[in-house]
Parts: sequence; structure tokens; C-alpha cells
Amino acid sequence: MRCFIGIDLGSTTTKAVVMDENTQVLGRGITNSRSNYDTAAAVSKQEALIDTRLTLFRRALGGVPEVAGKIDEIISDLERNFRHVQFLEQLGDLEETCVKNIKGPRFAGKEKGVQETLAEVFKRLRAGSDQLFAVGGKRKSDFFRDLAGSDFMTVGEAVCKDAGLGFDMILNVYDKSIIEVENRPPSGDMEGKFIRALEKGQMANNLIAKPVQDALAIPLEETYVVGTGYGRVRLPFPKEHIRSEILCHGLGAHMMYPETRTVLDIGGQDTKGIQVDPVGIVENFQMNDRCAAGCGRYLGYIADEMNMGLHELGPLAMNSTKQVRINSTCTVFAGAELRDRLALGEKREDILAGLHRAIILRAMSILSRAGGVKDQFTFTGGVAKNEAAVRELRKLIKENYGDVQININPDSIYTGALGGATFAVRAVVN
Amino acid sequence: MSTEAAKEPSMLMQKEMIARNYEAITSKHETGRKVSSTFVPGNLNELLMCFDIVNNLPEINAIQAGMRKASGGYIMEAEKSGHSEDVCTYVKADIGQMSKGNIAPNGKPYPDPDVLMLSYTGCYTFMKWFELLREQYKCPTLMLHVPYEGDGHSTKNMRDYIVKQLKEVVIPGLEEVSGVKFDIDRLRGYLKNSAKAEDDLVWCLEQGKHKPSPIDAYFGGVYYIGPIFTAFRGTEDAVKYYEMLRAEVQGRIDRKEGPLTPEGTSFNDQKYRLVVEGPPNWTHFREFWKMFYDEGAVVVASSYTKVGGMYDLGFRHDPDNPLESLADYCLGCYTNRNLPTRVDILAKYVEEYEADGLLINSIKSCNSFSAGQLMIMKEVERRTGKPGAFIETDLVDPRYFSAANVKNRLESYFQMIEQKRRGGGSKTVAA
Repeated sequence: MRCFIGIDLGSTTTKAVVMDENTQVLGRGITNSRSNYDTAAAVSKQEALIDTRLTLFRRALGGVPEVAGKIDEIISDLERNFRHVQFLEQLGDLEETCVKNIKGPRFAGKEKGVQETLAEVFKRLRAGSDQLFAVGGKRKSDFFRDLAGSDFMTVGEAVCKDAGLGFDMILNVYDKSIIEVENRPPSGDMEGKFIRALEKGQMANNLIAKPVQDALAIPLEETYVVGTGYGRVRLPFPKEHIRSEILCHGLGAHMMYPETRTVLDIGGQDTKGIQVDPVGIVENFQMNDRCAAGCGRYLGYIADEMNMGLHELGPLAMNSTKQVRINSTCTVFAGAELRDRLALGEKREDILAGLHRAIILRAMSILSRAGGVKDQFTFTGGVAKNEAAVRELRKLIKENYGDVQININPDSIYTGALGGATFAVRAVVN
Repeated sequence: MSTEAAKEPSMLMQKEMIARNYEAITSKHETGRKVSSTFVPGNLNELLMCFDIVNNLPEINAIQAGMRKASGGYIMEAEKSGHSEDVCTYVKADIGQMSKGNIAPNGKPYPDPDVLMLSYTGCYTFMKWFELLREQYKCPTLMLHVPYEGDGHSTKNMRDYIVKQLKEVVIPGLEEVSGVKFDIDRLRGYLKNSAKAEDDLVWCLEQGKHKPSPIDAYFGGVYYIGPIFTAFRGTEDAVKYYEMLRAEVQGRIDRKEGPLTPEGTSFNDQKYRLVVEGPPNWTHFREFWKMFYDEGAVVVASSYTKVGGMYDLGFRHDPDNPLESLADYCLGCYTNRNLPTRVDILAKYVEEYEADGLLINSIKSCNSFSAGQLMIMKEVERRTGKPGAFIETDLVDPRYFSAANVKNRLESYFQMIEQKRRGGGSKTVAA
């Protein structure tokens, strides 16, 4: 079948969306951008194609009366097992790479010991992965680096202690190897992995095997790929396959909410205010200039300063009972201002609420420069997931522009990629 | 970008003229000639020539420093002596250059000026700038106050006021500095040359109406305006320069060619026609220009090429009314026009040059000129129905040029124009 793909290479994450020729979304994929846009693009595309397969399975299973009502369970089982197979494959790659990296004067005479220790570490990681991917198993991240990394530290330290080997030896090997593995383009054979996942599953195999295999047999033809985002020039595409992210965000927001006229996107390093016409074409836009003050990265920095996870900031700010006024959205000054307020005895949640307000105030200024807010208004980008930022935005939109419908899609992080995929369809179909 | 830029004969001639002027400035002690410092908008070049005074333009020196990648260091030097980050970077480049030996592009030190000719037009920073220079050089300052066209037009009163200052302050002042007696017939002769060169300049700029445009009225435009905006208006050289330029433009029209890019190719594949408001960035001039022609964007008209005189609106220096025409010239420079007039001019350009829209390059450190530009853009958009765009760079502070950001905005703008031309997208289906 014909697939139209949009890839959005952001400064933090890379997203891909696969669409059919009727602009129906078939799959979405996301990965960390690393410092390697080529790999990030390949990984996110593969992730979106995996997701596309799952959509096709779902459709195929819809025609099997015996599994009615159980499709969600079957699909999640299949995906979980697929991820496990994929994880084991990458773990195997990591182990091989680690072994190859045991070299240099540092390891002289100790190669054998290090190798044996690594073998034991990976054995335990493999065994532990059963639990990681068991039904109801909680995974802290979807990225291999995060999953393998945190386990490697705990398991590795224990094994080294037993073996009487310094942990720094294998940590050194790991550090070198994880970068290599992460930057390697993803291996193919998605179909084979799904078959193995199917075999692992405990579902009624006889009932689902045939429809799943039929769906796997459908070739996914990459008809047209459009790239966007800051890394777009790195994509190995001809120029006409590259679209500005401003246009992609405008069109993506329109695809999610066709009545959208104003879009606000707060990403990792920029904030964009965009006006779109009734068919999703950008009419006007404004964005921050060379300074990324008040963008997603600012929150990341604050989280680091407060020793918190990025996703914990919003919920903590929601507990605020009093607003502290923060003037600077400058990422560099933010730390100083933060410590200053803490020293004055202000509570963390109140300071955070002030910081969120400062970000949104800056976004409001960009929006007004772009021509204000018209009904409907769609908020996208990573910061749209932050409830404290959303709360402030709703307040300020109401104060300044009255009753405007505010749309925030749970998949808003894919807005740029969605616009890109839509451009891909338009390039071929129209 | 390290390769030498391709140049046309007119550009080489201009280069040689500029070199000669720098030589005249830096050799003043040997020749005994007097040197004045003055500004581009509303400059009185023909009048200075009547006193054999060599014209030195600090703005142009800052541009030269910017293009030679020297301005960054000068600006930091000025900041060390207390000038804030927000101060005009032409000023800081000039001040910083002084404390770093004040070396001209020919490698010789600039001599101290003998007079500061402050015929300031529309920019209030000019006054402060020369206050700083006066402190440094302790030389006489002659101020010609040019009233701002706040109501959108000049009056007889304003003109009389300028003529009176010329007669009572400027001319006697220049006589005193130079020891040369003022001869109005000499001025008439120079003004005749000016008018001739101005005719040819206007002709060249108006060829932007062709498709493809044989000129780039912004990046190419800064070369076209060079002689007439600076130390050469009124000279025989300038007359020759504009004849040569005109022949080059005519040649391109005949061959149906676009302007020459610095890479030496004719820019024929013009997909977007733009009107640009605001000066260019000088520190990344070629990189900035490349962002346009790489995407197929040619500038067909610009306001920057009018800051030293709005000849396309019909004004010419007039040998029959010499002082009055100098007054009219100062009043009519683009920088001395109010916001509604700037909107009128830009909207007219978009229409007459059949442009796809107005692009504003807003200058970070120029408070007086950047104020109101967003309003200008919105109003021009409203009147013409053509989309506008807004980018932000600086004159000569390299720290204010973010290539990724500018490129991102430009490409978005060009793609937006393209989309609008196609009449939008297809009927959409919600995802």
C-alpha cells in the first residue's frame, strides 16, 4: 500500500507520521534526536511503520468475529512482545559492541575478566527483560538507551562487586558502545520480529496468526517522504521534499482541528505563533529570534536546577497557592532568579507557577505580534503537555481574547510530522 | 564563502573610486586637504566639494568593517568603554575602531577630521554619535537641523529654515574650516552632474519591474547606490559609473538575464519577487544573500536604496535652485519620512513591481528605524493582499545574526508564498 510519511526532526525528539492516501493516520513514531539526525530520522520512520503494522493488524482482526472485544488486548500483547524481541536484539548488538571495545592499555591483561563479567551482566539483563516486558510491566522510557542504561548500572555494579572488578572498567566499555549502538541505523526485518512476537504471545494463536500474517504481507511502499524541523537539511531528500516546520505545524494543527485559525507551538528551542487559513495554509507567523528564552529548553534547565524530572514540574506548580512573579525568561538568568526566590523563603511550587506564567507571557507577546488569537486556537509542542503551562495559557487567552476554543491534542507532539505527511499526500495525490 | 566574489566592471570601478577616496582621506597631511565626517542620509557632498573638503562617512566605515569581519572586535571594544549592548552598532563599530588604532581599509590611520558636518536626517542617534566624536576630536561641528516630515510632507517653512541654516551656519562654517570662498556656480556645476547620475540610477532601479528582474534591488542595490549615496555624488566619476551600470543592466535585459550573484552566475530562475524594508546585515552579507537566491528569491524594490535620497519619486538636484534643492533633498530622504508615508511607498512598490510580498529585515540595534515596522508590515499586507514576513538581524554586530533562525523564517515565507499561489491545499479530511 502507498504510505506517505512526514518526519519532524526536532532539537530534542524526532517524530514520524505515516498516512494513507486519504490522509488517515496509520502510525506514529518517536525517538530522541541524539546528535545524529540521520539515524534519528531512520529510527522514527521505522517506529511509525511498526505502528502502521499494528494499525493494519487491528483492521485485519476486526474481521475475525471470535476475537471481538479482545482486539485491544491482542494488539497490546503483540506490541509488548515485539518490543521485547526488539529489545533483545539491541541488547545483543550492545553486548557484541561492548566485547569489541575491550581494547587499549587500560584493559591490558584483564580482557578475559572483563569479558566474563560483561557476559554475566548481559545474561542477567536478558533474564530481567522478561519482567520488564511482562504483562503490566512498567517501563520508564520507550528509548533503548534509557531502558538498557539504567539496568546496566545496577546489574553491572553488582556483578563487578562479586567478581572483584572495578565497575569503571565496564562502564567505560558501555559508554563507548551505547553511542555506537544508538547511532547505528535500525536493523530491518520488522516482519520477522513480528512473527517471533506472535510466537511468544499467549493469545489464541490459531485464530490470529492468519490475519496477522496477511496484514504483514501487505507491502508498505514509501511513496513520498517530507522532512521538516531543525534537522531537515540533514535529510537525504531532494529539496522539494523538505518543508519548513512553520508550514508543517500550521497544516498539522489544521488536520487535527480543521477550524483552527491560530496555532501556538512551544518546542525545545523556539516558540512560534502561526495564523492559518481555512485550508491550513500559513498566512502569517512570528517566532522568537536567536534567543530561546521561555522555550521548552528553559523548563528543562529549571528541572535540572531543581533536581527534578521535566514532567514533574507541571504537577508541582499546580499545587501553588500563591503566585511569585518571575521576570526573566532568560535561560541563563532563570537559575539565579530561582535561587534568589528560594533564599527569600518562597515555596518551590509557587516559584514554579511563576516560571510557567513567565513562559506563557512571552508566548502571548509572540502571538500578539503574529496578529493575535482567533477562534479556534490550537496549542502544540512539548510544552502543551505541561498542565501548569496550559492553565496559565487558558487564563491569559481568556483575559486577552475572550472565549476562544482552545484545542490541545494528546498527540500534539506529532503536529509537525502530521503536517509533513499531509504535504506528502498533497504532493502526490493532488 | 572564502572565495572571491564575482564582480562586474561597474563594481570594480566603484571599488577603485572608494579606494581613491580612502587614499585622499588618509593622505590629508601630505596634501593639505581638509576632511569632514558626515552621514549618508541628507549628506551635502556637492557642497563639501565646493570647499575641496574630502568626505569621510563613519557609517560607510562601519559597513566596510562589517564586511571585512572586523566590526565584532570593534563593538566589543566600545562595550568595554561602557556602551551598552543596545546602542546602535554603527556607533560602536566607529568608537571601537578609534580605540583600536583607527585604521582605514587601506591600512593607513584615519586622520582626525577637521569638521563634523551633522546634517542629520531622521535618525536622532546621529546627534549623539557626533557628540561623542566632538569630544574625541575637539573639532568644530556644523549642525544642519532637518525637520522631520511628521505630517507626511514638507512645507515652504521647512525648506526656508534649511536654506537659512545653509546660508548662515553651514556655508560660513565650511569657508572658515577650509579657507575656500563659496562659489555658487561651482555648486551648480556639481548639482548638474548629480542630476544626470540620479536619472541613470532611477532608470536602473526601475528595471526591477522586468521579469526576470535584471537587478537585485537590495543585495545588488547596495552596490548601485554606493557612489551616489556617499562621497561621489556630483562628481564626473559618478556620472560615468551610472552610465556603465545602466549599460550593464540594459545588457542583462537584452539577454533576459537576472543579476549576477557573488558566485558569478546569472540569477535567472526567479521564483519569488520581494520588496524589502530595512538595511541588510553586513557581517554575513554573502551568506544572507545566498539564502535568497538559493531559494529563487529576487528583491525587485527596497527602501534601503532610498535612505540617501528618494530619486524614484521624482526629486532631482537642481542647478537652478541649488540651496533649495539641497534642502528638498535632505527633507525627502526615506529616513525622514513618517510611518504612513513609508507604508504608502512600500505598498506602491509591492504593486508596481508586481512583488509577492513585503519582507522586513528589522535591525536589532536601530531603535529609531525599527519602531513601527510590524505595523508597517500589517498595513502593507492589508492594502496589497500579499503576505509579509519579518526577520531580525543587525547592521554590523555579528552576534545578532542567527543563520539558522533567519533561514528558517525565510524558507517558511517562500514556501508560504508558493502555497498561496497554488490557492491553498486540497479539501482536508480530519486525521
